[in-house]
Amino acid sequence: MSMRHHKEAIIALADGKYWRGRLVGFEGKACGEVVFNTAMSGYQEILTDPSYTYQILTFTTPHIGNIGVNTDDIESSKVHIAGLVCREFCYHPSNFRATSTLHDYLVTNQVTGIEHIDTRELVLHIRDHGAQMAVIASGGFEPDDLIDEAKSLKSMDGLDLAKQVCCNQSYVWSQDQWRINQGYIEISDASSHPHVVVLDFGIKYNILRLLVSVGFRVTVLPGTSSARDILSHSPDCLFLSNGPGDPAAVSYAIEATKTLLGKLPIFGICLGHQILGLAIGLETYKLKFGHRGGNHPVRNLLNGKTEITVQNHGFAVRNDNNVKGVAISHVNLNDNTVEGLLLPESKAFSVQYHPESSPGPRDASNLFSEFYRMTVKK
Amino acid sequence: MGKRTDINSILVIGSGPIIIGQACEFDYSGTQAIKALKEEGYRVILVNSNPATIMTDPNLADATYIEPITCDFVGKIIHKERPDALLPTIGGQTGLNIALQLAEAGILEKYNVQLIGASIEAIQKAEDREHFKQCVSACGLHSARSMIARTVSEAKAAKDLVGFPLIIRPSRTLGGSGGAIVNDPENFEEHLSWGFSESPINEVLIEESLIGWKEIELEVMRDCAGNGVIICGIENVDPMGVHTGDSVTVAPIQTLTDKEYQFLRDSALKLMNEIGVNTGGCNVQFAICPEDGRQIVIEVNPRVSRSSALASKATGFPIAKIAAKLAIGYTLAELPNDITKKTPACFEPSIDYVVVKIPRFTFEKFSGADTTLGTQMKSIGETMAIGSTFCEALQKACRSLETDRDGLLGSTEEKILDLEEINNNISTRTPNRLFLITRALSLGASVEQCALATGYDRWFCSQMMLIVSMEKVLARLKLSELSSSILFEAKKLGFSDSRIAKILNTTANEIRELRRCYSLIPQYKKVDTCAAEFISETPYLYSTYQNSSDDIPSDKKKIVIIGGGPNRIGQGLEFDYCCVHAAFALKEAGYETIIINCNPETVSTDYDTSDKLYFEPLTLEDVLAIVERESPYGVIVQYGGQTPLKLSQALKASGVPIIGTSPEAIEKAEDRELFKKLLDYLELKQPKSGLARSEVEALAVTRQLGYPVMVRPSFVLGGRAMAIISNDSELRSYINESVSVSFKRPVLIDRFLDHAIEIDVDALCDGRDVLVAGVIEHVEHAGIHSGDSTFMFPAQTLSDDVIDEIELATRSLARTIGVIGLMNIQFAVAQGSVFVLEVNPRASRSVPFVSKVTGIPWAKVAARVMAGESLIELDRLGCYGNILKFRDYRKSISSIPFVAVKEVVFPFKKFRGFDAVLGPEMRSTGEVMGLDSKVSLSFYRAQVAAGCELTSAGACFVSLKDGDKDDSLDLAYKLIRMGYEIWSTEGTANFFNAHGISARRINKVNEGSPHVVDKLKDHTIKFVINTPKGSGSHRDSRLIRTTAVEMDIPLYTTVAAASALVDALAQIRSLATIEVKSIQEYLRMIE
Repeated sequence: MSMRHHKEAIIALADGKYWRGRLVGFEGKACGEVVFNTAMSGYQEILTDPSYTYQILTFTTPHIGNIGVNTDDIESSKVHIAGLVCREFCYHPSNFRATSTLHDYLVTNQVTGIEHIDTRELVLHIRDHGAQMAVIASGGFEPDDLIDEAKSLKSMDGLDLAKQVCCNQSYVWSQDQWRINQGYIEISDASSHPHVVVLDFGIKYNILRLLVSVGFRVTVLPGTSSARDILSHSPDCLFLSNGPGDPAAVSYAIEATKTLLGKLPIFGICLGHQILGLAIGLETYKLKFGHRGGNHPVRNLLNGKTEITVQNHGFAVRNDNNVKGVAISHVNLNDNTVEGLLLPESKAFSVQYHPESSPGPRDASNLFSEFYRMTVKK
Repeated sequence: MGKRTDINSILVIGSGPIIIGQACEFDYSGTQAIKALKEEGYRVILVNSNPATIMTDPNLADATYIEPITCDFVGKIIHKERPDALLPTIGGQTGLNIALQLAEAGILEKYNVQLIGASIEAIQKAEDREHFKQCVSACGLHSARSMIARTVSEAKAAKDLVGFPLIIRPSRTLGGSGGAIVNDPENFEEHLSWGFSESPINEVLIEESLIGWKEIELEVMRDCAGNGVIICGIENVDPMGVHTGDSVTVAPIQTLTDKEYQFLRDSALKLMNEIGVNTGGCNVQFAICPEDGRQIVIEVNPRVSRSSALASKATGFPIAKIAAKLAIGYTLAELPNDITKKTPACFEPSIDYVVVKIPRFTFEKFSGADTTLGTQMKSIGETMAIGSTFCEALQKACRSLETDRDGLLGSTEEKILDLEEINNNISTRTPNRLFLITRALSLGASVEQCALATGYDRWFCSQMMLIVSMEKVLARLKLSELSSSILFEAKKLGFSDSRIAKILNTTANEIRELRRCYSLIPQYKKVDTCAAEFISETPYLYSTYQNSSDDIPSDKKKIVIIGGGPNRIGQGLEFDYCCVHAAFALKEAGYETIIINCNPETVSTDYDTSDKLYFEPLTLEDVLAIVERESPYGVIVQYGGQTPLKLSQALKASGVPIIGTSPEAIEKAEDRELFKKLLDYLELKQPKSGLARSEVEALAVTRQLGYPVMVRPSFVLGGRAMAIISNDSELRSYINESVSVSFKRPVLIDRFLDHAIEIDVDALCDGRDVLVAGVIEHVEHAGIHSGDSTFMFPAQTLSDDVIDEIELATRSLARTIGVIGLMNIQFAVAQGSVFVLEVNPRASRSVPFVSKVTGIPWAKVAARVMAGESLIELDRLGCYGNILKFRDYRKSISSIPFVAVKEVVFPFKKFRGFDAVLGPEMRSTGEVMGLDSKVSLSFYRAQVAAGCELTSAGACFVSLKDGDKDDSLDLAYKLIRMGYEIWSTEGTANFFNAHGISARRINKVNEGSPHVVDKLKDHTIKFVINTPKGSGSHRDSRLIRTTAVEMDIPLYTTVAAASALVDALAQIRSLATIEVKSIQEYLRMIE
């Protein structure tokens, strides 16, 4: 094992705090909102989750990179985080599935990161002062300049990032769930299956895999598609995907959802859930530092059960009793925020958390089969 | 949902004496559970035979039975107390086994007692091999492939099913003679015929070999509504093949992808459902093939376990407490997370640090025993460390071991200079493998080579390599060249000042000074269950070299209590009990209490025992850093056994305010030379003795004294390296072989008092008043370590004069030494004279025992004395009882109308090859107590509680050394009269027959079958009385003892203990029934 030559790097926050550490990954600059995730496994899935677009992600788990990267554990075609912050970065991975190191992966994806940061101190700062804009840079920068640069960055409020990350044209998805020793299996013929159209705002592959797995034929459309575009694919139901940015800025999708509500069964996850909420007249708001991790307890108010859920959101739907026809179906037990909506009349429901997991607990994966049942029950 | 209102009283089963595999983690879990149940308003009835536990404190449960945990005794308790429910899941395997037996005996049904926490079906499904396999496959999961074979053709079929590598395990071998690993078809038949011949029933189990696979454990909790959470995933650094209790482990899991981990998580939850563990905690173990990720379920423990104690300490999530609340009907979401107070317990802790556990072995106590690790646990204790990274935690854990190791490197392995030599050894699974691998890396082996040879994951090896590389960087530097950044790097990797000093050839003090110059001091972070996502109020802290601390010390008046570190023989639960009591008492007195300890199995490291908990190694560096930060009013070093005592001088020298007996006073008693002078000054008798600082001196001293002599090194606990020596050649070999005799401090050699009664005294002194709390009489004669002796308290055979003399001697010793707090003295009484053997100015192993019997929490009283209150003031307070009545010891003790007998348990069965003989070096792991108004019945209860199955008839094998023969006529006569048969080999048989006691002669082993060992193996002999002929014991008698140990046949190796047993057996026969009584009832009997 050779001793690496480590370059110094700095992460600077808009409120003036900064930390010095070591550069990892691509030698460049990272700009975005600094947030933290408390999951203890699945960094590759997290890095490739498009919902992290324009975010610098701090891992609270101490060691990152231990298992390298592989070709299976991806949630999109590339790394989406703007930058990576961790305590200890591993250059010598060990896992039978590893095909490359995380370092090389970040370099290939041109993503800059920083290690040897007192991540707990950083997280406490974010917890107490809120998520905010930040810059990671290496090589001769003064902290003050980077702080100024962080201050000048556009904030997440009002930002439509979904448009940037969604697909440009429609495609068919046929990959099923991952299994040990088998990997992924392609479904060969789904023509007889009920047809779900997925509006892509930055979808995670595992949502598509689970839709396939429960028996759907899956067509993915760009999130910008209009109601007419959607109906032209003769769907049996509509899925609203997760994605980055401020939900209120995704006006086109809110419109399309309004139009199709009641016409098609609808299931939304994360940003999709917020879009459904906005479409029926609920408001969304930005949380102080969001929910990101794999251990958040959510109570299903319909059956009283508690699920351990995967979360990744900075915005939430505000509870409002004045809006009729909608029930709050799930709440977060940590802070009582809205985690799910149910519109029985319109055959629509949504959850703020991620039942597709990947990474994280799979307690809520039955929602996909529920959506299937809702669709086929005419 | 809420708690159940259809039950009012709950019987809780404790785990009994500390044994290997069942240590004080069950005191921790039991204490938590009882508190939780009491808090909910239930009447709690407890049975636990172990008096050294916090859980058996009389103010904890409503009725506490310190009685044997057998079906018979627990049945009597149920009959008497009529509990509505029984909670069997917090008392280890003992709890589950008793629950099963009670169910099978129909007792639960008869008294309508409901099992809560786990059903009989669930226990059976998890415990029974076949049942369990069915459950696993019903979940769609896999067990290791295996098949039983009785013929060669069956074996071949099994081989084809299982594939290579495989293990051939002979069925029903004595003590499990292990299996043979077969890697390829070539050796299969040879091993097969070995297997058939080893098995008494010519049967073998052919099993897929999982040796070298990754081993992962998940701690799971589930409530009655079906909600399940994983509290902690633990990865074993030692791969499959080493018992998880003997493995180095780490949390969180480091080398699995999320995809692999989620399969484990789902499997664990499925298994809980399938087995039917509906409410409570459960431990699930998996093996994972490192080459293709195949997952195999190893086992499920449907109860709180050692691993759950570790998981609790590793995450801050109180598993036992929550398990108890789930058992009475709460759901996870209804219960708050104790640490954050605001979020619910229904979540999965996220940890932003790394936890490493290293087992603590005590092979040095069992010379000759096989040190290879396998599926049977052999470690006595464990230590845990928390750090920001794996390396930091690993090195902290290494220096927490209390084996004079100040890092991952830095002990005997450094003497190995030849890589070849290590390479030949590291594939063998031994306690030192972790260190040998590191040494191999530092001698030039590659990460890949080490991983391949040991099955350690490459990730672990490459982390160890980081430490090795830093060692090399440091080795190239002079102290003046050690920069701030390199020192910071080293500290982040967990290097101790003393290790860095050793590498740089300087002192730890120099390094500490340098750190101060560079402002490199440890920071303290919280264990908060949530990776800082929520505010945590609970100050459960660990040190780390990072930027900042998230805890600010208060300006309250504080007292720091230094704990005892990992459990080992001689230092266990008893000292933790004292530390916990100190924390409770000083909290009551209004101090902020701070505990420092590194043992995850203890009550002292529960975050709500003290006001603040530092989970830290107990080294000078780590303790000083905390003391400097907290500026306490006082630091207590006399409660945690030898660990903190060893630090006391250095702490004092650094200006730490040590309260209680001063380090100088401790020195006065511990240093053999100073102590001898003191006794002379006080005109107290001690056995004729001399001090030796060399072999020549030692021989000269013994010439004066005459053999036999007892040799005692200074500053040892648990009688480490003490020995009785009967001739010159033994003395020479003792000096040459015993590692502890360095002559750095003088060794005391004293004339061994034959046939002396040994006495233990526990006393307190506040500088003015001296109270004798207990005068304990040993059953065995002097010469056997007090930790291994059977105790009777109050003393049974001592005259008033002798007791008065002992009391007087205690008073003058306490005052002259300057004891403030507790002290323990060992006396010997021979021919009416009282001799002082040893004085220990600190809490002793017998403090909890004496406290339980007198009903006075002496450790609490003494803690407050140390903090400055007088015994008179404390008596006036009244909260600890009428303590001043002990100014007149004999009068106060005469009001106790019952006798307590403490019996000990030994781990001999786990150390094959070691002779089960008692001596001056302590070897027991745990203790039990029997209480009755008659001493013989107390003795009986203690025997039963210690696991002896005593029959009312049958053959007793008696074999005695010549010196014991006359003394044993009485007991032999009594045995015959009760209807037992006496079997003896020629010498003893002739002696008995000549004295009119009919003894049946049986062959010695070399006289041919059927011989005595045959008769032990077929259980014809029901118990053994065998007194060994001194050291270098006869091969035959050694074989008898080891066989008895292996076959679980009660074995008595002293005439005194055997006589007590015979009296107990006689007493039992005259009794229609034996009653059970709670400690609360006993204490009410004291006027």
